[in-house]
Amino acid sequence: MIVETGAYLLALALALSLAQAALSAAGRARLSPVLAGAGQGASIGSAVAVFVSFLTLVWAFAASDFSVANVAANSHTDKPMLYKVAAAWGSHEGSLLLWCLVMTGFGAALARARGLPFRLKTSAVAVQGGLSALFLAFAVFTSNPFARLDQVPAQGASLNPLLQDPALALHPPMLYAGYVGFSVCFSLAVAALIEGRANAPFWPAWGRWVRPWALASWALLTVGIALGAFWAYYELGWGGWWFWDPVENASFMPWLAGAALLHSAVVTERRGALAGWTVFLALLAFTFSMLGAFLVRSGVLTSVHAFAVDPERGVMLLAILGLTAGLAFALFAWRSPQLKGGGLFAPVSREGALVLNNLFLTAAAATVLLGTLYPLILEAAAGATISVGPPYFAATFVPLMAAAFLILPAGPLLAWKRADALGAAQRLWVAAAAAVVAGLLAFALFEPKKALSAAGVGLGVWLIVGALVEVSERVRLFRAPVGESLRRAKGLPLAAWGMTLAHAGLGVFVLGAVVETGFKAEAARTIAVGESLSAGPYSARLDAVRIAEGPNYLAEQAILTVTTRDGRAARQVKAERRFFPAGGQTTTEVGLDFRGVDDVYLTLGERRGESARPAWAVRMYFNPWARLIFLGPMLMALGGLLSLLDRRLRLGAGARRRPV
Amino acid sequence: MRRALTIIAALIVLSGGAAVAEPAAAPDQPLADAGQETRAQALFEGIRCVVCQHEAIADSPAGVAADMRRLVREEIAAGRSDTQIRAGLVERYGDYVLFKPPVRIGTWLLWFGPFLLVTAAGLVLLLRGRKGAPAEAAPLSADEERRLAQRLADDDAAS
Repeated sequence: MIVETGAYLLALALALSLAQAALSAAGRARLSPVLAGAGQGASIGSAVAVFVSFLTLVWAFAASDFSVANVAANSHTDKPMLYKVAAAWGSHEGSLLLWCLVMTGFGAALARARGLPFRLKTSAVAVQGGLSALFLAFAVFTSNPFARLDQVPAQGASLNPLLQDPALALHPPMLYAGYVGFSVCFSLAVAALIEGRANAPFWPAWGRWVRPWALASWALLTVGIALGAFWAYYELGWGGWWFWDPVENASFMPWLAGAALLHSAVVTERRGALAGWTVFLALLAFTFSMLGAFLVRSGVLTSVHAFAVDPERGVMLLAILGLTAGLAFALFAWRSPQLKGGGLFAPVSREGALVLNNLFLTAAAATVLLGTLYPLILEAAAGATISVGPPYFAATFVPLMAAAFLILPAGPLLAWKRADALGAAQRLWVAAAAAVVAGLLAFALFEPKKALSAAGVGLGVWLIVGALVEVSERVRLFRAPVGESLRRAKGLPLAAWGMTLAHAGLGVFVLGAVVETGFKAEAARTIAVGESLSAGPYSARLDAVRIAEGPNYLAEQAILTVTTRDGRAARQVKAERRFFPAGGQTTTEVGLDFRGVDDVYLTLGERRGESARPAWAVRMYFNPWARLIFLGPMLMALGGLLSLLDRRLRLGAGARRRPV
Repeated sequence: MRRALTIIAALIVLSGGAAVAEPAAAPDQPLADAGQETRAQALFEGIRCVVCQHEAIADSPAGVAADMRRLVREEIAAGRSDTQIRAGLVERYGDYVLFKPPVRIGTWLLWFGPFLLVTAAGLVLLLRGRKGAPAEAAPLSADEERRLAQRLADDDAAS
């Protein structure tokens, strides 16, 4: 009964979203606040309906109601409660419901947003309603998560045990919140193309309206991607965190477009310039999100993370993508010639730096797109199969980003309109000196000698110190009395702190990624109890192997002692090979020993040797500075959230300019 | 009883009895020469396991990947160069086997597209920038000066 309510509410949500689109469009056409208000009400109603519908699905999973096909296929009574709940979004149907939940939720937030002018807001709510209706229709007609089974099985078929992990339980909600959050930017962009006028004060205001949505989506997407990478790192057991896999790329493209959008929107907000470009990026970010959903679910690309593959539904997703993106970009092509104008600026200026930022980020996104789709296109066009993997991206994406990072610290130091390049260079000499020293030190100290990796270390330090220089310039650190600096630091807007944190976080990530990639060490040996192996500066000794029992698995558990090579600083680590009887799968549970910012990473392989003297294949990785790879993105997301809290960015803040 | 059976089944699987699906790969035998083994490891990173989704043979647990690793090690031991080994693999499995796509007419767009894009966009920006250097802003009118002063005073009161 509860489940039928869920199915009913989902259909109701579809009807409400259609009403939202129709009422808002009519409200805009007739300039009727009553109709527009009804559209907003429908939007909130739709979000509530999807939310309750989602809760009923979670309930069905929590109660292990195997009469529901989705629950029977993806859950099991032996599963811990957290993973029963998480299984609600672990399948195609469930995750699509989550997608709809985020979309209608953001839609309701848009409907409640204050301070937007009537025409723009009503148009945007109408577009958001149309988008929601498309995805809800897709869910209701092709992917009903509430379908019942005629024959109720006694037990569920379980979820892929690899997914039984806290990071992965949280990864989809974060990722989807980011992906789908960009739908509001998309709706606002389409609305702006309908309502916008050239050379009007409209564009700076629009830049301010679109920025909080872009910031929130981008920050959530950052956390989602980082959680996914961290999961791949310690759950897949091959010691890597990013492999330029098509599915990883699918999540990365909207992130890059979103990052470009954030920066471009600043120019539009402050100077009214680049309006067309900002609109384009707002359309692009959500288009990439939809493209990602299509690539991941359609099975057109082979990937280790391919998920809920179904070619038929893939075609439907492609149709939705073609329809929405096609219409939006056609509208853009038609209207964008009217978007010219805004403040002029010299090449050396804050605007100029942000244009370069946009150029590099967009080219980087295009590179990822090219690398992801090219094998597909080439196979269709010429029948030739190629693989595009890490070496390609190392040769294309990495130099593009390195060039962007070289100019990044200068950007915030440049003035708007026309800036003094020499002055910025003078203020950055500390960062430049620190970067050169760090690069030389890395070259001298790290083995093996790698000039490019050492240069990468210098680049990371350049970003971090550059961000610190910028903030110390703002508070006049060391050039004014301490009290004065403190007072200025307090007075800095949160958005400024957010930017500093995000840029420094990027530097932290670069350091981690460069050092981990360049200087990791690996060893694999078959060892018996009492024997050991070494990688990097650490050794691991196999102390014991025993059978351990989990809630829904049995594991062969290895107890290892990790020490430095000369036998000091001993620490015990457990690595497991788990067997899940319900699905018959085996997974590895990595033993991770955090050594400061370094990781010692151990996996237990198959048992070998005679039964009298058993031995196990053990793999050991030394991953220097791996902690920074995940710390960096967290700092970036935190920076985004700090900016979001800035009162200047709150919707409606601009409208109420009176002393407080 | 059922539980005992489950445990026994699990033990069989964990001890390598799961060989039903795929014959267990022979354990990797690293090359005796450390320099050669480093070369082998570097090669493994760029070679795709041909039966896997998107994994290098360095990372894949599949039997085929283990066979490919053994093959690469044998070739290194036999004195072949990295280029020869890659060429041999391409002959056997096609371009698909390398994560670094070949540079030929069909992949020019893939390899040079990103840089062309940046260069073209950079040129457009440069040409535009030359045309439209900003003129000095016109001085504010008396009315604008008054409104500016008013706004600044408001801001001071606000902070």
